[in-house]
Amino acid sequence: MEKRKLVMVGNGMAGVRTIEEILKINKDLFDITIFGKEPYPNYNRIQLSNVLQGEATWDEIIMNGWNWYKDHHIQLHAGESVIKIDVEQKRVYSDRGRVVEYDELILATGSLPFILPIPGVDKQGVIGFRDIQDCKTMIEAAKHYKKAVVIGAGLLGLEAASGLVKLGMQVDVVHLMSHIMEKQLDATAAQMLQKELEAQGINFLLEKETVAILGDECVKGLRFKDGTEIEADLVVMAAGIVPNVRLAKESGIYVNRGIIVNDYLETNIPNVYAVGECTEHREIVYGLVAPLYEQAKVLAENLCGIREKRYEGSVVGTQLKVSGVDLFSAGEIYENQTTKAIKVHNEWNGVYKKVLIRDRRIVGIVLYGDTKDSTRLFRMMTQKQDISDMAEIVFLQAPGQEASGNNVAAMPDDEVICGCNGVTKGTIASAIQTHNLTTVEQVGACTNAGRSCGRCKSLIAHLLEHTLGDAFYQTAQKETLCACTDLSSGELVAEIREKGLTSIKEIMNVLGWKTEEGCSKCRPALNYFLGVLYPEYEDDRDSRLVNEKMHANIQKDGTYSVVPRMYGGVTTASDLRKIADVAEKYNVPLVKLTGGQRIALFGIKKEDLPNVWADLEIPSGYAYGKTLRTVKTCVGAQFCRYGTQDSMSLGIELEKRFERLDTPNKVKMGVSACPRNCAEAGIKDVGIVGVDGGWEIYVGGNGGTDLRAADLLCKVKTEEEVFDIVGAYLQYYRETAKYLERTSKWIERVGLDHVKEVLCDEEKRKELNERLYRTLARYEDPWKKAIEDETIRHRYYTKRSIVVNTK
Amino acid sequence: MNKTVTRVLVAKYDELPVRVGQAIKIGEHEIALFRLSNGDVRALENKSPHPKGGVLSEGLVSGEYVFCPLYDWKISLIDGKVQEPDQGQVKTYQVEIDGDHVYIVF
Ligand SMILES: Cc1cc2nc3c(=O)[nH]c(=O)nc-3n(C[C@H](O)[C@H](O)[C@H](O)COP(=O)(O)OP(=O)(O)OC[C@H]3O[C@@H](n4cnc5c(N)ncnc54)[C@H](O)[C@@H]3O)c2cc1C
Ligand code: SF4
Repeated sequence: MEKRKLVMVGNGMAGVRTIEEILKINKDLFDITIFGKEPYPNYNRIQLSNVLQGEATWDEIIMNGWNWYKDHHIQLHAGESVIKIDVEQKRVYSDRGRVVEYDELILATGSLPFILPIPGVDKQGVIGFRDIQDCKTMIEAAKHYKKAVVIGAGLLGLEAASGLVKLGMQVDVVHLMSHIMEKQLDATAAQMLQKELEAQGINFLLEKETVAILGDECVKGLRFKDGTEIEADLVVMAAGIVPNVRLAKESGIYVNRGIIVNDYLETNIPNVYAVGECTEHREIVYGLVAPLYEQAKVLAENLCGIREKRYEGSVVGTQLKVSGVDLFSAGEIYENQTTKAIKVHNEWNGVYKKVLIRDRRIVGIVLYGDTKDSTRLFRMMTQKQDISDMAEIVFLQAPGQEASGNNVAAMPDDEVICGCNGVTKGTIASAIQTHNLTTVEQVGACTNAGRSCGRCKSLIAHLLEHTLGDAFYQTAQKETLCACTDLSSGELVAEIREKGLTSIKEIMNVLGWKTEEGCSKCRPALNYFLGVLYPEYEDDRDSRLVNEKMHANIQKDGTYSVVPRMYGGVTTASDLRKIADVAEKYNVPLVKLTGGQRIALFGIKKEDLPNVWADLEIPSGYAYGKTLRTVKTCVGAQFCRYGTQDSMSLGIELEKRFERLDTPNKVKMGVSACPRNCAEAGIKDVGIVGVDGGWEIYVGGNGGTDLRAADLLCKVKTEEEVFDIVGAYLQYYRETAKYLERTSKWIERVGLDHVKEVLCDEEKRKELNERLYRTLARYEDPWKKAIEDETIRHRYYTKRSIVVNTK
Repeated sequence: MNKTVTRVLVAKYDELPVRVGQAIKIGEHEIALFRLSNGDVRALENKSPHPKGGVLSEGLVSGEYVFCPLYDWKISLIDGKVQEPDQGQVKTYQVEIDGDHVYIVF
């Protein structure tokens, strides 16, 4: 049977959920095409607040990555808008001139921020809070400006304000009403919330009507109706949202506030459906995901030919995602003649709870400060449970008798854990058992629980813990860079790249470091990552550990060893003489040949280091660094009767090209001129072996802690090719290894074949080498610099001796 | 008995690099002096509390801590206490700043 063509406009939360539900029912029914205006795969819009507040990363909020579309054969046109629908011909037209035919069309265009109809809203620095772009603008603005104003003290406004405060901005929230969040909270709860948010640094301007936005090209301030003005470098409009219906309207689809749909999510035009915030169902437009997901399910079934369940509208509960704030609200907020209220206001603990009752049934809930009862009460409300015989004991329970809340063991199976997705405890528990789930993410992938606002994740974790016992702890841990962050090194690099962070301080600020200035693990690692990402990066010397900071190896007695460069292990009489002279002049206690074919001077005092280097007049051998250490060579064809190639000159050239380069860990090379391999190239990170007519290149060898024979990477004919391959190899290692990972471990992790594949690609090799040589250009000999630069000597190589009489 | 207090001038404040320890020898005392990012100046005995010893002046400085350059122990610059999971105590010296002058007080 030929597949029907399903086209969807809008790549957001409700739309993509619909597609997921369709795929669950039948993968083979449709050829699916999705248009998404934003240049991203489907992400979790809800968590933009968490990203802004530094509690989630960009990666974490992607719900369906690019591969998901590929794997399900979905044609995604990201960054492309549909501008016209021809409902007669059943075609959609995009802003890039694409025309696509459909059998079925879903409109899932979401909402737009409501922009106040006042002068000045088109100035630079006036934004909504709706998508990744808005979020990025705010993060960027916080770097350069001080003063932000948020218009509207609803959910969005408060979450934006809280994020901006955390980004270091000074924030005023302007609100038309006399109390904040008036749609969800009564005056008492609102005042408690306002107090808490004020303590977090947000300033409120209530009962203020904005009439104009001031400034020239860029926003400078706001004017209110009462004539007063305030300054602003950034204005976030959070005064509400409006369904995004223009496309539908222009295409002749019936629109009121939203696109009108029936209980099967059908519009007035055959084969055209709508789902999500852009719809109006029974005169209600929703702005939270829970009802949209219910819609998605019904629509998916309908499209798959199952017309059983209708969508009959939803009751929604609201929470605010600001850390330190715990609130929940659902249904009616304000008392009137027909309702009776049960209230507890514990000013001592900062807890406020109100339940509104009409005809023995709960019709409204407001909880502040303690929302443990929310799921239970919400369930009682939606199920219209008769509460006459339970009433007021709801609140004042003795300690230890809590019926629900975090005590997952005691929860009934039909209690909803994930409100956004309507997933019950029973569903999650049985999924954990039947699919052997061990992480919160897996539970999300399997049941959708926890995939939206994320509030219930801790409950899910408790449930996992409860169901799995100890097994939970062993699997749930991911390898973070260090205790200062929750990110792994891979995630970190992605974040740094994505956000364009350029200094250690900035990384720590933006990514929410838990310590003030990091530790001995993350500081060197971040310094390294930045150096790899940005060839022109200016090294932060004080974030390096002692040896690299001092450009010498510290010994256990606090003295240092000095190892001058000896390219390819080849030296001269005059260099040897200088070394001998230094050894005598400074009473060097030990002169020793190293394993890397050079000479080390041990036992040199810190304050003597610059003088020793000045006397040597030889560059640093970097015997202390995570960088290219030595290139060991055999004598080769110049002298050896077996030699087929000039190993010494190749080794010297390799060492000269790649010395000083920062690498994840130390790199050792070896070059032999025949397979007898006197330079032991088979246990080097990079080993080159001369053969008739060319060179063999080996990689990933190690002669130290993790003894490993190198693998043959490839065979080349000329020395130029050796440089080309080795350069690209080194750069690829730099860009993809974890910090401190030796090539021997790295190659096993990423796979030799993969590395081969990358290095076979001429284009990639070229790019890698380009980045490598740009980086190499930034280095200079650190010993010479210390000799010439007084401040460096003063900072690192002085010891003050003060003679005093302390009696 | 009378206790005399000695103040020894050890450095000019402006010349002290931030987050780079300085080794100072005063008579018999080996001292590591640190100027922190927050502007404070702290002084510890320049001797790692690790049984194998070593210096502290070249350690990585982070906030109010220094990491022992040889054994990576984390040591408080405020009270000289070695942080968990390691254990130990480094002697601290009292620092006084008077205008541009930094003194160690004995
Ligand atoms: C900061 C923030 C916090 C939130 N917090 C919560 C919360 O805590 N709990 C909760 O339940 N809800 C929350 N929401 C609301 C929730 O995100 C929305 O209800 C949900 O995203 C709506 O889904 P949707 O698919 O209808 O619209 P969207 O997710 O907005 O998706 C619509 C997509 O369609 C695209 N589009 C529009 N027109 C076209 C076109 N012509 N061609 C192509 N593409 C088009 C848009 O660019 C957009 O990407 C929050 C929203 C925001 C912005
Ligand atoms: S590797 Fe071969 S060429 Fe080199 S020294 Fe040994 S025997 Fe001679």
